[in-house]
Amino acid sequence: MNHPLPQRLPRRAAIKWMLAASATISLLDWRSFGASAGPAKGYGLDPNLLETYNPGDLWPLTLTEPQRRTATALCDVILPADGKSPAASELHVVDFIDEWISAPYEEQQHHREVVVAGLAWLENESAKRFRQSFADLAATQQHAICDDICFAPKAAPEFRTAATFFSVFRNLTAGGFYTTPAGWKDVGYVGNVALDHFAGPPPEVLQRLGLS
Amino acid sequence: MPFIASTKTKPTYDVIVVGSGAAGGQTAYVLAAAGVKVLMLEAGRRYDPVEETQMFNTPHHAPLRGAATPDKPFGFFDATVGGGWRVPGEPYMIQRGASASGWEEAKDTNVATDQNFLWWRSRMLGGRTNHWGRFSFRMGEYDFKPRRRDGLGIDWPFEYHDLAPYYDKVESLIGVFGSNEGLENTPNSSPGVLLPPPKPRAYELLTQKICAKLGIPVIPSHVAILSQRQDHQRIPKWLHPDSPAMQKALADNMQTRLACMWATACGRGCAIKANYQSTTVHLPPALATGNLDIITDAMVREVSVDSAGRATGVYYVDKPTRTDCHVNARVVVLAASGCESARILLNSQSAHFRDGLANSSGKVGRYLMDTVGASLGGQIPVLENLPIHNEDGAMTMHLYMPWWKYKEQQAGKLDFPRGYHIEFGGGRSMPEAGTFGGLEAYTGGSYGKQFKEDLRRYYGSFVYFSGRGEMIPNEQSFCELDPNKKDAWGIPVLRFHWQWSEHEQRQAAHMQKTFAEIIEAMGGRVTSPPQLDGRKAIYPAGSIIHEVGTTCMGDDPKTSVLNQFSQAWDVKNLFVTDGGPFVSNADKNPTLTIMANAWRATDYLLDELRKGNLG
Repeated sequence: MNHPLPQRLPRRAAIKWMLAASATISLLDWRSFGASAGPAKGYGLDPNLLETYNPGDLWPLTLTEPQRRTATALCDVILPADGKSPAASELHVVDFIDEWISAPYEEQQHHREVVVAGLAWLENESAKRFRQSFADLAATQQHAICDDICFAPKAAPEFRTAATFFSVFRNLTAGGFYTTPAGWKDVGYVGNVALDHFAGPPPEVLQRLGLS
Repeated sequence: MPFIASTKTKPTYDVIVVGSGAAGGQTAYVLAAAGVKVLMLEAGRRYDPVEETQMFNTPHHAPLRGAATPDKPFGFFDATVGGGWRVPGEPYMIQRGASASGWEEAKDTNVATDQNFLWWRSRMLGGRTNHWGRFSFRMGEYDFKPRRRDGLGIDWPFEYHDLAPYYDKVESLIGVFGSNEGLENTPNSSPGVLLPPPKPRAYELLTQKICAKLGIPVIPSHVAILSQRQDHQRIPKWLHPDSPAMQKALADNMQTRLACMWATACGRGCAIKANYQSTTVHLPPALATGNLDIITDAMVREVSVDSAGRATGVYYVDKPTRTDCHVNARVVVLAASGCESARILLNSQSAHFRDGLANSSGKVGRYLMDTVGASLGGQIPVLENLPIHNEDGAMTMHLYMPWWKYKEQQAGKLDFPRGYHIEFGGGRSMPEAGTFGGLEAYTGGSYGKQFKEDLRRYYGSFVYFSGRGEMIPNEQSFCELDPNKKDAWGIPVLRFHWQWSEHEQRQAAHMQKTFAEIIEAMGGRVTSPPQLDGRKAIYPAGSIIHEVGTTCMGDDPKTSVLNQFSQAWDVKNLFVTDGGPFVSNADKNPTLTIMANAWRATDYLLDELRKGNLG
């Protein structure tokens, strides 16, 4: 799914992604703004900010064991281990995805439908093509399916719905992965540490940009 | 003491201040410093960022990795308590769509909304100062006399130089970093007032270099963050030469404020008090004087008046007990936010004031303004795969672009009046839940090891530009009481009318064009085509949260609510010191001017009180 970038954001949302997000527009953030505020059943307007929260603390989770198994396998296809960082499963990304799709907000509820249906489709497709569960397929078999659904603009008509699911799932997987210390290390985020002064960019950066 | 319950109020106060944010905090601070007995009423709960901000918690510790939700529209860690685009039990009424006729309760947190106005409120001590952007730009000479310059809008009843000393005082008190560049209509501060600006980040320096070729100045931003600790020996003596007690109270508080540690987002609140929040800067020294009482969870509904038409105090709902209370004072100051103060005045109806208090001009609620906003992002290849380094900094822009086209505008080369400044961001900031979402246009749908490589490449390579422009007040944009709807406390609510004019829409389109030019000049690609239809480019009204107007000041009681000292023409012992008195809304973010104007108004109030002119 190739989301158009929003033209209009509320000011702090714009600042938030402008200043706090460095990659492209945050799909997850801006769509959550799109939810109309129904009766508050989430954490409410005055949650305790001092606590540490874990998936399942605030609302019941969604995925069954078989669904978790499929989701975990797909997370690892999307973000496998390499020389720089571990696989998504080692960072328990599936727990985040389960928390996300279980949240009582409109956008997350929408993602719940997409993800649950998508996981079912993936199992069906695996059985149809290879007579096995997705998690048990060889890497080449998993890739054969994912190659058909990984890029919505080029997906065949019969794969478009699945491609929408894959896009949502990839965004969620990246969201869960790169908000961990290991994910930060992977992309080279080295902030969130107290400094005596702000040094500005090091000489090699200035040199690369022709600013030295 | 001095946080008290409703049952513990004094029989009477010198002054009641309604609201505890930038305006209420500043007003109460100046009053308490002068030895006046003040009662502050805040509609939200007590809040202390020192106790409630876990500064280094990461998204990993938060529900949904901190992502924005309808409960927390700016993300889980945002400091806002009990508020947002909706406040439970406290609705406001809006119209939808272009041909809207009926009124309905505002419920959207959706910026693609067709609601005609979005109203951000918070219900907490310190109000919106706890999470604001902290950009602190002075309005300039042109900005106070816009009509004199181009024949549009309304002139303020005073000049820049009348407010300049108060800008110096506020900047010294709260701590603002920045630099003096001497640019047109972009005033310098007095020597020694500003704190040194932090070094620019890589993408900021690159933008500065490219913009120089386009003739766009890129200079240090002005932000209410301590880049170094304040001079607690010099400043208190300068600000309060006649009050050793206040010098001590302020010096003590300044010594509890640390310099920025160049990490964690200011919008969470600052546990080390390095940024300005009313709760850490205005209120502690005011409380230390012993002259300030504060009642929280106190929802003011009405200013009471006597048979002579003078204010005698306020009625408020004590939320915890749901009881209606009254408290007496010689003077009442409304500082509840432009729209909330207008609401209180409109709800203060009596035999003397059938259309609401201080409203003989019929202007209460009128000339509501927000800021013109539009934004565009770009992906900049030269920023890909940069060597790893820490770009957190002050977690907000270190550089910005002030409006620069005064000459062209005067030569008639632009199709809109007034200007905008550009705020921009990007870089290698803390990855959040959505940071790596929606990148297919760049990755071609990659997954697996290639996806990891792609994200390493694109991280830090995006830059975003946001325009903040001046809106000219118009007759079609205002708030008034809804004739039917009441909130959970039985208080009639506001409904909003809104219309952007062509001036604002054309300006928004110009922003888009400018941003695209900058991005292309940087060798980048826009993340979406620039929106050259201004009606579509402009953010919805209210969404920039620069709510000003509604109790306009002026020289003529027939056409304004307040005089130049924010004193009501109709009721001498009634003042409004928030954004309500504004009659223009320059591109400069309003909070600093709210504080400077509040200080000036309060000096006048004190003078009149001493002279016995206020009762």
